[in-house]
Amino acid sequence: MTVEIDTQSMIETNVRHYAEEVNNIKISVKNLEAYFGKNKVLKNINLDIPEKKVIAIIGPSGCGKSTFLRCINRMHEVVGGKITGSITLDGENVMDTDPVLIRKKIGMVFQKPNPFPTMSIANNVVAGLKLNGFRNRKKLKEIVEKSLKQAALWDEVKDHLNDSGANISGGQQQRLCIARTIAVNPEVILMDEPASALDPISTTKIEELIFELKKDYTIVIVTHNMQQAARVSDYTAFFYMGELVEYSETKKMFVAPGKKQTEDYITGRFG
Amino acid sequence: MEIKSGLNKISLYRRKITNVIMLSLSFLSALLALVPLIFVFYYTISKGIDHLNLNFFTKLPTPIGEPGGGMVNAIVGTLILVGIGGAIGIPVGIMSGTYLSEFGHNKFGSLVRFLTDVLSGVPSIVVGVVAYTLVVLPMKHFSAFAGGVALAILMIPTITRTTEEMIKLVPQSYREAGLALGIPKWKTTVLIILKTAWKGIATGILLGLSRAAGETAPLLFTALGNRFWSTNVFQPMASLTVYIYEYSTAPFKDWNDQAWTAALVLILLISVLSLIFRIITRSKYKV
Repeated sequence: MTVEIDTQSMIETNVRHYAEEVNNIKISVKNLEAYFGKNKVLKNINLDIPEKKVIAIIGPSGCGKSTFLRCINRMHEVVGGKITGSITLDGENVMDTDPVLIRKKIGMVFQKPNPFPTMSIANNVVAGLKLNGFRNRKKLKEIVEKSLKQAALWDEVKDHLNDSGANISGGQQQRLCIARTIAVNPEVILMDEPASALDPISTTKIEELIFELKKDYTIVIVTHNMQQAARVSDYTAFFYMGELVEYSETKKMFVAPGKKQTEDYITGRFG
Repeated sequence: MEIKSGLNKISLYRRKITNVIMLSLSFLSALLALVPLIFVFYYTISKGIDHLNLNFFTKLPTPIGEPGGGMVNAIVGTLILVGIGGAIGIPVGIMSGTYLSEFGHNKFGSLVRFLTDVLSGVPSIVVGVVAYTLVVLPMKHFSAFAGGVALAILMIPTITRTTEEMIKLVPQSYREAGLALGIPKWKTTVLIILKTAWKGIATGILLGLSRAAGETAPLLFTALGNRFWSTNVFQPMASLTVYIYEYSTAPFKDWNDQAWTAALVLILLISVLSLIFRIITRSKYKV
């Protein structure tokens, strides 16, 4: 028991140490609790997310991973949830800021690709800008191209940008959604199991994309797939029953997990 | 090898027979549903086609006893009445439907939903009396405006409930996608949700407009009718339905025939209206 606690605190110290080294914590979560009605789904979460890194959130179904993600950009409230505690983005409390402004800085990619069916591919990309009143056509065109290139989709769709966004393949749709998220120029991108509805080749493409994107963005990704977490992330957080069990460098987590529960989960003994 | 578990030849045979019988029955029912429509078209066309000429669309009704004439005032009158009804009913219907589906998950919402259902069951003649009390009595005379108000009241429940149902069909993921892009809720609702549901909403509007165009009873108390040319919305106004009522119950053969023509024109008018509406609201992409 004591050994376990020691390892845990050691890893925490390491993470903190590393975070201090890069000296740039993008998001800081303190005493976060989230509710659905009276049901507490997240219990006292404390976590620092460093800038321009990929953080994977893993854990069995119903452990609160998605809820945690949706707290960060205040989407938890959209479905009627309540939050206590604090989440800061660059020191500014997310809970005290207008959700619309927060969501411009913190983009989100969902589990199921959801391009707007009434819009063309190009209009889907710039939906966040156009619907917010941005009208400069030349600039919009540039952003369409730049975002689609960043999302590794440009070559596949450049000849039919005016086709419906819903008529391309699932994998392409998901990259379109990533392009749409990038287009509003966020600082953080949240991804809620972005590849779980896709085939292996599309999944690989999304993973490669995440690797490219972390040069410019801080990425928090929820995944069911442990191999995926190991492949794409720099840090991993393991959630279980609404609690943060372990948070450490991915390398450490998968080689020498600090807690028995984590080890059991990543070796497939439960979950 | 013999297949045992109930899949023997007799039961297979019986299943196929049942399939054929049920399929024919449902096909016949579908056919039966079309019969009244075919009769309506047959009678209005065969009886109304004789008087269907340019005069009908350009001339005013003639005095009693004098043959010929047309119903240009009633055609324009119906368009104006439905126009006034739509101008009031469409915005109110769409907005209340949007409210109900996006924000109306509370007691007030349930109350509005219930009352809208009640309103859609209220006989149109009662709505006419209400419009008479609300508009005609204070203004001290019959008017097209009062008729428009009555038609709007009849349209609102149809448009409200269709809008609500159509918006509910839009997947939650589009709402979330819009909000997650930092698009304010009202813009997400109008520019993404309403746009996605637009085709269904347009059908609801069309239903409302067609129903209003075919109403007679509420107009008897409000727009009254007019044998002369008038486009003044604060004066009594002619309409095709009121003419159909008057002419078909009149003791003159010529008037009875003209009533059939008026019915045919009304059907044509609604068909053209719905065609135009479909073309206007046609979306670029299949939703």
